[in-house]
Amino acid sequence: MKIQSTLSSYIAGFVLSVVFTLLAYFAVVNHVASGATVITIIIGLAVVQLIVQLLFFLHIGQESKPRWNLTFFLSTASIVFLIVVASLWIMNHLNYNMMPSASTNQQIFKNEGIRK
Amino acid sequence: MNNAIKIDVAEDKSIFGFWIYLMTDLIMFAALFATYTVLHGNTFGGPTSRELFDLPFALIETLILLTSSFTCGLAMLATHRDDRNQVLLWFGVTFLLGIAFLGMEFSEFSRLFADGNSFQKNAFLSSFFTLVGTHGLHITIGLFWMLLLLIQIMRRGLTSSVMRKLTLLSLFWHFLDIVWIFIFTIIYLMGLV
Repeated sequence: MKIQSTLSSYIAGFVLSVVFTLLAYFAVVNHVASGATVITIIIGLAVVQLIVQLLFFLHIGQESKPRWNLTFFLSTASIVFLIVVASLWIMNHLNYNMMPSASTNQQIFKNEGIRK
Repeated sequence: MNNAIKIDVAEDKSIFGFWIYLMTDLIMFAALFATYTVLHGNTFGGPTSRELFDLPFALIETLILLTSSFTCGLAMLATHRDDRNQVLLWFGVTFLLGIAFLGMEFSEFSRLFADGNSFQKNAFLSSFFTLVGTHGLHITIGLFWMLLLLIQIMRRGLTSSVMRKLTLLSLFWHFLDIVWIFIFTIIYLMGLV
């Protein structure tokens, strides 16, 4: 999908971004769904808005070959994904395995099948 | 190779180099985001994100920054048309919107500090101020840069050197708006879920 650096591309990008921002805002404010669902919705909307801004404002992937900007962006995105997901995974497991709170204690008893 | 092509190659190199810098900046922000997400529950008995964050306020900040990213795009279109007055106009508007954003952020920080909720209070606030503060620092530097380039445009006109620098600035500005999308989503929106 070729998106030229034109007025219409900036207007389209702006309008779409505003729409996604407001959708996410009202999804939270109006409590349209429970915790985990609404978090998925707003993160999904953020990722879509990211792609919109990358395409319409930064024109990523529109350059002529070799597409070094795109290449570097994709490798950075992979590193970012790794840093965020792996940190959350590790810290979550760390919390579970060490010095648990009372609620985590109960979870552990349940998970490991320990009976007092 | 005649001079016109040489200039293009040099510009491409500096734009590519700046792009690589922006990618490393993104990695730094990712580390700050991961830190915030891990620590956001560590309030040490103090108020939580739900109690501290003003969502309508953050929405207005978001829309202001988004509009400034749009007007920056309009300014770059004007550089392609070699329209000096429009370039000055739209970068001027972008600058004012950036100042408005920064003013709002400063008032939010002041309010938090005044209530005793500074970065020294707990890990949650330390990571919040580091992440949002780093973004704000980037915006501040971007605004200084914008001011300097506005002066250069007024004094030298749209030379190829000035246009190259404006391209780099616009990349920087769009990038900051993209980071803010995630600050808004992960800190402010998720803070209230």
